[in-house]
Amino acid sequence: MSILRSVLSRQPAGQRVLPFVVILFGVTVLASLGNLLVPESSSLHVSTYTITLLGKYLSYAMLALAVDVVWGYCGILSLGHGAFFALGGYAMGMYLMRQIGDRGVYGHPTLPDFMVFLNWDSLPWYWFGMDQFWFAMIMVALVPGVLAFVFGALAFRSRVSGVYLSIITQALTYALMLAFFRNEMGFGGNNGLTDFKDILGFSLQSDGTRVALFIATAVLLALVYGVSQWILGSRFGKVIEAVRDGEARVRFLGYRTDRYKVWLFVYSAMIAGLAGALYVPQVGIINPGEFAPLNSIEVVVWVAVGGRGTLYGAVLGAILVNYAKTRFTALLPDGWLFALGALFLLVTLFLPKGLAGLYGQVREGLNRHSNTPATAEETTP
Amino acid sequence: MTFKPTLKGVTFAVAATLAASAAYAEDDTIKVGVLHSLSGTMAISETTLKDTVLMMVEEQNKRGGLLGKDLEAVVVDPASNWPLFAEKARELLTQEEVDVIFGSWTSVSRKSVLPVLEELNGLMFYPVQYEGEESSKNIFYTGAAPNQQAIPAVDYLMNDLGVERWVLAGTDYVYPRTTNKILEAYLKDHGVAASDIMINYTPFSHSDWQSIVSDIKSFGSQGKKTAVVSTINGDANVPFYKELGNQGISAEDIPVIAFSVGEEELSGFDTSPLVGHLAAWNYFQSVDADANYDFIDMWHAYIGDEDRVTNDPMEATYIGFNMWVQAVEQAGTTDVDAVEKAMIGQTTPNLTGGMAVMNKNHHLSKPVLIGEIQDDGQFEVVWETMGVVPGDAWSDYLPGSKMLLADWAFPLECGNFNVESGACSGQSYE
Amino acid sequence: MRLAFVFWFGLLVLWASPVWAEEPSAEVNTLLEQLTEAGLRETQPILERLASSGDEAVVLPLFQTLLDGDLYYRRSDGRLLVETDVDGDDHYVDYFSGEDYGELGRREQSKVRINNSLRGYLSEAIARMQLSHEDPAVRTAAVRSLLDDLDENTVSLLAEARAGESHREVRQALDLALAMYTAEQGENSAARITAIQDLSESLETDVRNLLFQLSEYSDDGGVKAAAAEAMQAIDQKVTFYGYVDQLFFGLSLGSVLLLAAIGLAITFGVMGVINMAHGEMLMLGAYTTYVVQLMMPNMINQSLWVAIPMAFLVAGSVGILIERCVIRFLHGRPLETLLATFGISLILQQTVRTVFSPLNRRVASPDWMSGSWEINPVLSLTYNRLTILIFAVVVFVALLLIMKKTSLGLQVRAVSQNRAMAKAMGIKTDWVDALTFGLGSGIAGIGGVALSQLTNVGPNLGQSYIIDSFMVVVFGGVGNLLGTLVAAFTLGIANKFMEPVTGTVLASILVLVFIILFIQKRPKGLFPQRGRAAE
Repeated sequence: MSILRSVLSRQPAGQRVLPFVVILFGVTVLASLGNLLVPESSSLHVSTYTITLLGKYLSYAMLALAVDVVWGYCGILSLGHGAFFALGGYAMGMYLMRQIGDRGVYGHPTLPDFMVFLNWDSLPWYWFGMDQFWFAMIMVALVPGVLAFVFGALAFRSRVSGVYLSIITQALTYALMLAFFRNEMGFGGNNGLTDFKDILGFSLQSDGTRVALFIATAVLLALVYGVSQWILGSRFGKVIEAVRDGEARVRFLGYRTDRYKVWLFVYSAMIAGLAGALYVPQVGIINPGEFAPLNSIEVVVWVAVGGRGTLYGAVLGAILVNYAKTRFTALLPDGWLFALGALFLLVTLFLPKGLAGLYGQVREGLNRHSNTPATAEETTP
Repeated sequence: MTFKPTLKGVTFAVAATLAASAAYAEDDTIKVGVLHSLSGTMAISETTLKDTVLMMVEEQNKRGGLLGKDLEAVVVDPASNWPLFAEKARELLTQEEVDVIFGSWTSVSRKSVLPVLEELNGLMFYPVQYEGEESSKNIFYTGAAPNQQAIPAVDYLMNDLGVERWVLAGTDYVYPRTTNKILEAYLKDHGVAASDIMINYTPFSHSDWQSIVSDIKSFGSQGKKTAVVSTINGDANVPFYKELGNQGISAEDIPVIAFSVGEEELSGFDTSPLVGHLAAWNYFQSVDADANYDFIDMWHAYIGDEDRVTNDPMEATYIGFNMWVQAVEQAGTTDVDAVEKAMIGQTTPNLTGGMAVMNKNHHLSKPVLIGEIQDDGQFEVVWETMGVVPGDAWSDYLPGSKMLLADWAFPLECGNFNVESGACSGQSYE
Repeated sequence: MRLAFVFWFGLLVLWASPVWAEEPSAEVNTLLEQLTEAGLRETQPILERLASSGDEAVVLPLFQTLLDGDLYYRRSDGRLLVETDVDGDDHYVDYFSGEDYGELGRREQSKVRINNSLRGYLSEAIARMQLSHEDPAVRTAAVRSLLDDLDENTVSLLAEARAGESHREVRQALDLALAMYTAEQGENSAARITAIQDLSESLETDVRNLLFQLSEYSDDGGVKAAAAEAMQAIDQKVTFYGYVDQLFFGLSLGSVLLLAAIGLAITFGVMGVINMAHGEMLMLGAYTTYVVQLMMPNMINQSLWVAIPMAFLVAGSVGILIERCVIRFLHGRPLETLLATFGISLILQQTVRTVFSPLNRRVASPDWMSGSWEINPVLSLTYNRLTILIFAVVVFVALLLIMKKTSLGLQVRAVSQNRAMAKAMGIKTDWVDALTFGLGSGIAGIGGVALSQLTNVGPNLGQSYIIDSFMVVVFGGVGNLLGTLVAAFTLGIANKFMEPVTGTVLASILVLVFIILFIQKRPKGLFPQRGRAAE
């Protein structure tokens, strides 16, 4: 019964997308205009620093959204989404590296600096084609997608679930981190890929490109948001939610739940890869640290803070936590971890549904005051 | 003429006063950015450097500041997160509008900051020994380049200790990779056979050294004098040295010479089983010089703890800070271009009783010292170069970089001038 | 200044009664005077002359002090000083008269410097003088340390010692040394070949080096062949012991993993809390060790026995506190415990960073844990690894007994299997929860004490073990203690046997891939929980 009720009670998809998109576009347009048109002396001027920060937050938001799609809607807690994010980032980074051409410090026409430095004489095979934007963009989605497919097909068919799944996703990203740290891999080792010059012929250091990247991120985020909402509102999405609430029952009804999970996982990994690709040109570096298991755990924390099971909650969580980090590290360089840790604790204890659930909680609290005491407790895991 | 106050006039006056006070507030201090990780894996090493910069700022203010203004330190925490280094550097330069940054430890953090510095024309002092292969207009490198640490160290082992067999052990990242490449080429030039060189890389924070140490032990028991050249980074060193001590590898049998182990790393453990193992630096706390004793006293007074040690990157910070102060005084402004010009050729006393010189390639001339670990966690200098060695940005032992030259003085003004082609490649600034 | 020095020694020779050391002869005096002035390169000839002065009563303790790095001199007059510990302060005491000069500043005294080659010379010279030492173990060690440098002088010394030696082990060592000399320098092939055959029983590295040299470069064909044959025999044994060594390394790594993971096997495995703060419990245990050592600086050898219960209490009470204040509100929401404990882990890390500074802290090893148990010259097991291996097994067995044999263990298992039913049977579930979490955290604290002996004690200690700990628990099967044990040792041994073939990094990657694939095969780990509790 509860499955049916929860599916039926969902609102039509369109209703939630619109306000989100409107707010997102409002902020984007204002910030962009504020940066490009308003003179620097004006107090309304939005600095380039803010633009890159906003761009970074939005790519994180997209990553959080990817995690929320599988965790919030399907109950797959992935502690390894950072891996897909980083792979997408590396694909973009490789394209940007190739764009440097002979402007590297050694002036080599094709090889990136770190390869000259390690005495490599030609590009490894997996670097070919990466100088083409379209090819690199395909790789951005394809590489995380294929990895997610192989991993998901294996794991979901063997019915690995719960913490076991979480821990092997963590093992996956950890193994990739160790691999990418190796200089023999041809991805620049610990230094990763950096010192990018331009993208599609536009200099990465100009304000115009920065704003364009920021706008692109916002547009893609809105698009991904809409598509996700549509997918989750479709028949496919309803099965997915049913799987979350009782996988065994759905299976007994005759659904191949493992296939549903695999495809959702692949979709989510591709979004994460796209987020990584948008992140890299805006922060200017990609290195194996992005694979670190703790990063992936942090993403889960963003989603939890924002409120899982709601797409806007994930976006909100990512932006808020990262904004808090930016402020805290500057205001309290010695004590910001206290503030961040306390934030996580308080949210878990007092806002079990995250910030997105705050509104409902407040309303419920008011109702409880005026009307009868609340009855059933929420028992979703 | 009568004075008739109008609304417009009042507004103007208020605005002018506000503007003036704002301008005054802005010009009142010279801001010094501190970009060292205070949390995360690098906090162990970098926090000390943050304190060193704060101490130097305080000292300078006691001496009346700079250009008649007080110095003000702006500390941020990039949290050992490399992309965050770039972001924080941008914040320091555009939001806080600092005049200079002292910061970074790892190469990757420097590489991450570099494009931001070049884009915004900032100025940074980098105080740690590194792999070279870089020379930016906007960075001054006050730590050692490989020719100021690795090469003299190997010379010492070869000539004074008669070492014939070499283990190059390092953490797998760019500094050990490059240093070992340079050393391998150098050793082969000096007639060492490939079979007498063993190269080993381990991941960061590697903690289980049993097999590697036992490999080193058997590699070293083949009748030829063997030494280990260690570029093992940071916190992997404690378990490495503990394992060495426990497996009974003494310095007389197989000496280990390290480039990343200083007093601060040694303060984390008991050094009595390690007596005699070596390190090569440009400074040791035990150096017998008045400037050094004064510095140690100043540090102890500032930090309030007599047991805190000093180390090489602190000396590099000290030199960098003093040179920057001198250059600003000479230029009469904190303007980056003017200071950058004034920096070249600047000399200031180092802590080992000599003078540090800033060369045209933005690297320092420094003495090279080799010290042996003592049981009190200090080093005893056993060898030093005759004079100072100028830092070499581009190694002569790497095929890709031996034709490159860094010279920021007029007329060349290039960080990587190719002597063969006559081109200055890869500059993203004019 | 020099005059003063001579004057002082004059005084000493004439009147002062030697308190600390034998009074030196005039010749030795002059040499000692030179010693304080000499540069490092000039020191060895002086030491050689000292050694040949024949004044062993003076020279032997002097060399020993010099080798220990405790010999200083006063800058003003060149008096030789010894650094000694007086009530925790470093005092400088006159080497000959024993007069205490108190704490001298950096600018008042200097060390008599030695370097590695001098250290090598000193230990050899000491060994030569110790060939007649009363303790047979010292004599054996002295002989063995001379093996790598057998010249005619030494050999005649050794032969002399052999004649008067009665102790069996020392005789064997002497025989070995003489056989090595014969093998290398013997008069005829036959004698050399016999000597080489005798040597093939030995595993000493110096013997192997000698045989290698002979088998490669000897002019004598017979000797060459015999040496090669002896080498082969030795190499076979060395390979065998190499495997034994690797097995031990694997067990040792396994024991470290076990200690790191065992607390998590309780908090995560039994209680189902995704405890991200587990690493910080290890860290607390390690810092407790540090604080305990700080409080009893003169009793390092005993400190660990105090640290173990202390660490259990400290980490355990922090664990109970966390359970009471946070975890108990999150029952039935395991994924949210991840978020909360992640927050706690950040706070604990930063607390430690604020209280103890971000620098690593120095935790000393007790004497009984340093050094190694030398079974033969190629196989030696380090004491600290051995201790930790035994310790890990002891802790594990103790925990297993608590869980299986005590009423607390029974209640814990009951609550973890069916909370409602347990409650209905009158078990105070709240109380059991708090104690279980405390127990898991306390055990983690004990693990931290062991880790403090192996690695850095710093704020990041926990972070470096948390991932491994989760892997071990999950691989073994959540909720099964025996699984944790088997998993830890399996992963440890697998890692160590792969390492020589693949290198360190690749070995770790392969182990991870292996875990991922293994979980596909057995989705609930090595020892899955059965029955209702599993769902």
